Amino acid sequence: MSTSTHTNANSDPLRIGSLELASRLVVGTGKYRDLAQTKAALEASGASMVTVAVRRLELGSPEGDGLIRYLKDAGYTLLPNTAGCYTAQDAVRTCRLARELGMSGVVKLEVLGDKDTLFPDVVQTLEAAAILVKEGFTVLPYTTDDPITARKLEDIGCAAVMPLAAPIGSGLGIRNPYNLEIMRNQIKVPLIVDAGVGTASDAAIAMELGCDGVLMNTAIAGAQDPVRMAHAMRLAVQAGREAFLAGRIPRKLYASASSPLAGVIGSKA
Amino acid sequence: MLRAMQIEVNGRPHQVDAGTTVAALLELLGVQGGPVAVERNQEIVPRAEHGSTALHDGDRLEVVQFVGGG
Repeated sequence: MSTSTHTNANSDPLRIGSLELASRLVVGTGKYRDLAQTKAALEASGASMVTVAVRRLELGSPEGDGLIRYLKDAGYTLLPNTAGCYTAQDAVRTCRLARELGMSGVVKLEVLGDKDTLFPDVVQTLEAAAILVKEGFTVLPYTTDDPITARKLEDIGCAAVMPLAAPIGSGLGIRNPYNLEIMRNQIKVPLIVDAGVGTASDAAIAMELGCDGVLMNTAIAGAQDPVRMAHAMRLAVQAGREAFLAGRIPRKLYASASSPLAGVIGSKA
Repeated sequence: MLRAMQIEVNGRPHQVDAGTTVAALLELLGVQGGPVAVERNQEIVPRAEHGSTALHDGDRLEVVQFVGGG
């Protein structure tokens, strides 16, 4: 991966626990057409951290496509997830396996509660988070956009809180900006929108609301041109972050002219 | 002739000789030294203990790796 993808916004890194990430865009590595497209999209996204899943080895063909080796060699920070787990126990087991696979113990905790919506089971998520924090993991939990749950996850010791914007893979965008804003105001750890982003403006809105990062997979991998969308998302996250830091103007119902009111031709002097 | 044991690997039944270690099993499966993690009866078997951990009849193993995912 070229160094240019990592030098942007270095003065404003995303800090999660002891991690320091140059990019505030975190991307998944699933659903791409092939390894070449995955590589190109990840590079175009400028992401420093990428998610991976823990799955049973296919005993007939243990080699795989070389993706994980590539990711490690290219210097990406791997964020193992517990995707597909429906109980705290399975999620905890998956995290322990991920750590055994040589990761530092940073995990994306995801405990689902429903197969149609893939909404998180927050009770199981809280239970798993408590166990994992106690075992020394750096826990980044996927959760609902409920500020109370966010606060509980922070109190337990999670290193970040990752609310959904909309259901996983739905592309519906930021469905509850007000809750995200409340969460941003009420918790101190990084707030990362995880799931639901459909296009660049969704990512920008999340960042403009003050979110510290955005995590996505389908919005990029499912686009007509994933590599181009990866680049769009990179720009959107940067633009949204800059706009947030710049501080937007208040919304007003009536106009406020931008040009001087005096001296318009034909007016009375 | 060694007694055969019935174990389960990734949800499928396997037969191995009594006394087979985790390391030997991985070799049989063709994944020795690969980037895999092993869980036996829901407990991690650390890599350093693969060679010294003997399997028992009825053991249930999970052998996992990282794959692409979101």
